[in-house]
Amino acid sequence: MVEKSIHIRFKSKRILLHSVVEFIYGVVIQNAEWYTEIVCDFAFCVYGIEQESIYLVIHRIEIKVSKMHKEFLMGNEAIALGAMAAGVNVVSGYPGTPSTEVLEAIAKRNDGSTYVEWSVNEKAGLEVAAAAAYSGARSIVTMKQVGLNVASDPLMSLAYVGVKGGMVVMVADDPGPISSQTEQDTRTFGQFAKLPVFDPSSAAEAYEMIQTAFEVSEKHHTPVIFRSTTRVCHAYASLEVKDKEEYYNNEIEGFEKDSSRWVIFPRLSFRRHGEIEETLPQIADELGALAYNKMEGSKAATVGIACGGISYAYVKEALAILNEELGWNFLGEETAGRYSVCRLLKVGTPHPFPEEQALSFMDGLEQILVVEELDPYIERMLLQTAGKHQRAIAIHGKMDGSVKTAGENTVESVKTNICELLHLQSVCDKDRVESGSQVESNVLSKENATMPELPVRPPVLCAGCPHRASFYAVKRAMAGRKAVFCGDIGCYTLGNAMPLDMVDTCLCMGAGITMAQGFGVVEKDTTCFAFVGDSTFFASGMTGVVNAVYNQHDMVLVVLDNSTTAMTGHQPHPGTGKTMMGDIVNKVSIVKILEAMGLTEVRMVNPLDLEDAIAAVKEVADKPGVKAIIFKSPCIAVSKPESQCSVNTDTCINCKKCIRELGCPAITVEDGKVVIEPSLCFGCGICKSVCPVHAIEGGRSHE
Amino acid sequence: MSKSVILCGVGGQGTVLASKLISYAAMAKGEAVRSAETIGMAQRGGSVTSHIRIGEGAFSPLIPKGKADVMIAFEPAEAVRNLDYLKEDGVVVVSKKAVKPVTASLAAKVYEGQDMLDYLEKKVQRLVIVDGQQIMDELGSSKVLNVILLGAAIACNEIDISVEEIRQAIKEKVPERFYELNLRALDAGCQLAIK
Repeated sequence: MVEKSIHIRFKSKRILLHSVVEFIYGVVIQNAEWYTEIVCDFAFCVYGIEQESIYLVIHRIEIKVSKMHKEFLMGNEAIALGAMAAGVNVVSGYPGTPSTEVLEAIAKRNDGSTYVEWSVNEKAGLEVAAAAAYSGARSIVTMKQVGLNVASDPLMSLAYVGVKGGMVVMVADDPGPISSQTEQDTRTFGQFAKLPVFDPSSAAEAYEMIQTAFEVSEKHHTPVIFRSTTRVCHAYASLEVKDKEEYYNNEIEGFEKDSSRWVIFPRLSFRRHGEIEETLPQIADELGALAYNKMEGSKAATVGIACGGISYAYVKEALAILNEELGWNFLGEETAGRYSVCRLLKVGTPHPFPEEQALSFMDGLEQILVVEELDPYIERMLLQTAGKHQRAIAIHGKMDGSVKTAGENTVESVKTNICELLHLQSVCDKDRVESGSQVESNVLSKENATMPELPVRPPVLCAGCPHRASFYAVKRAMAGRKAVFCGDIGCYTLGNAMPLDMVDTCLCMGAGITMAQGFGVVEKDTTCFAFVGDSTFFASGMTGVVNAVYNQHDMVLVVLDNSTTAMTGHQPHPGTGKTMMGDIVNKVSIVKILEAMGLTEVRMVNPLDLEDAIAAVKEVADKPGVKAIIFKSPCIAVSKPESQCSVNTDTCINCKKCIRELGCPAITVEDGKVVIEPSLCFGCGICKSVCPVHAIEGGRSHE
Repeated sequence: MSKSVILCGVGGQGTVLASKLISYAAMAKGEAVRSAETIGMAQRGGSVTSHIRIGEGAFSPLIPKGKADVMIAFEPAEAVRNLDYLKEDGVVVVSKKAVKPVTASLAAKVYEGQDMLDYLEKKVQRLVIVDGQQIMDELGSSKVLNVILLGAAIACNEIDISVEEIRQAIKEKVPERFYELNLRALDAGCQLAIK
């Protein structure tokens, strides 16, 4: 407890009591960065009317200050610590870039009092978290944006049913996209699902906001969406976070049976639909007033910029750069000309939209530039607000072509957008940078020189990756035959690259298995393969196999079992026998699952034994019905390297067959000779099997 | 006064650890630090970057083009690819050794790091080329290129962090069994840049 005594003198006698209290809190907040409780005793002393003054004497003020410490945290870790500070009891999720580290960070710091699981997929995770919240627990489920598609079935209904304990659906969007299939926008999804959406602009804000998200969820008995984007999730910042003893302790009341509340029937849906529509405007007012939505800049401005998420940081930095270049102060009061000041609106709770704040932002503005990533969400909402309230105002953004519609924003792209809006083309042209293309740097001008052609460097399967051997074995076995290779989501999507070229389709998690069946129906002369990883098999592959067995399809299922969820950073899954609570449990057997489903041909082969692998593929491919090969060999990240391979330069004939056939990043050409880079080679030995003159030595020996 | 440092290289080269060490060292001095890393698919042998921004006055975790004070490049072509982030009199510390992508090996198109280094010589006012391979051969480890380059960058005195402060960060953040090795790599990198 910290005691402070503050004497404040007001100059007007006409002061309302609540404004005095607000003022005190303002003073207190400025003086103490972190507080959880303020107790204040005060008295008014009114002096003579002619003096027109009131003294406010504070007798006692107690401020309970949270104990904090500083950490260097990734945005996702900040979200994790914020959830822990909010007393989260149950955590579930499915790995997916850029969301994965939230659950991992909670598991890492868990003292056993929080239940944490990697669920088999996002739908399962959301349902686990929902039931926990029905019982009064605080729960969070984490996923990437395409994971929300998987979880959307329970989520849409859950929005109607609601929750008792606070429940946060943490979804990471991926503008660019950098590691995703789509550029879908979870703000739009939240609007569709009628759920409150929080959208942090930095790691620091995310830490605070996730705590608010739990409170709002609990207060309104609704799950809430906490959507973040890659540049917030994966940015690091030095942050003040609460000490562990300051964490909120959520006592779980337990599940109270009430079929009129927890069992969704049409009648309940009708009633709840009406109630949700009534509540959303209240939530809009409540969330709108939070500091996550804020306005900056001049009252005199005629130009406004509206933004949200990471684009807020880009706008602030672009304005700072322009201020420096032009000698102006965009967000100040002083005007150096018609367009030298502007007003900024940051939207931190995009749904339900903070209409009141948007309206006061619009006051006096002639035009607005909306800077956001993915959907033109804020732009649409501002257009709707302007239309509804008959504000004559020009709104520019993605919808009128002022801002690019796809991909990430950057400080440079935002600066260009602002310059175009404000007719500052001269500033922009000076250093316009076409994003995505390689342009000669015009900042550095020491000498004129032509940039040499840069090597293309796409991601590739690692040296030693067992998937390379699996793909190569199938390729060799099917050489000269008509075959289609359906791929799936995971590291093995990289099998599409030359020279392997073994992924003909990739749609979404689990799709390859059922798509192979569709191809088989219309292309009778084609052998249809589906490649699926072990984690993906459990997540969404199994129903597809049942479909194949039931409907008598002809296909070869290839399970690439590397004993981990590799692409997202090696998370355990049902087949690994490890849980996020640190337990060692029975491994779920893919072979037994397939046999139980009715497959009679299930082979298990180590793909690094290349000749055996090729023979196995040839044998099963000719059999009718649904066949499976499980290529089992661990990911290099969860296994130890074998002795490294090297090229015997005396024997090597420089035919480069190893390079042409395998595309292993460890094999390159130095001074015209084939060499194996020792810092990369994992000793898988596949190149030994390929070499026609046995010039490669070392590596794994055939068992 | 804020400082921006960009690290670039190929997935798997250890850019993230070098970036973390700079960030921790700056934070230990009480500086505000922001950074951004490439995480996800590109880590599998693709082009990767880390952006670090030290001090107040920066909003974006990513460095705007033309605003990086220092570039630490783990590969010559990656230095050239990211050169437009560098400010006019910025420092570039670059590893001499080219990492040849599979695409280049397949296309039989010659990619030699020397073309890139020649270009850097012409464009960059303050360039330090580091022969990390030689040091790694002496140290008997192929995994310390990141700390060697970090040592060279620190010795250029452009990032306001001392060698001692990086040593402390290594002590706190790197497993103890690699501590001595990393210290020797750091010192070797420093020596190289001073020469």
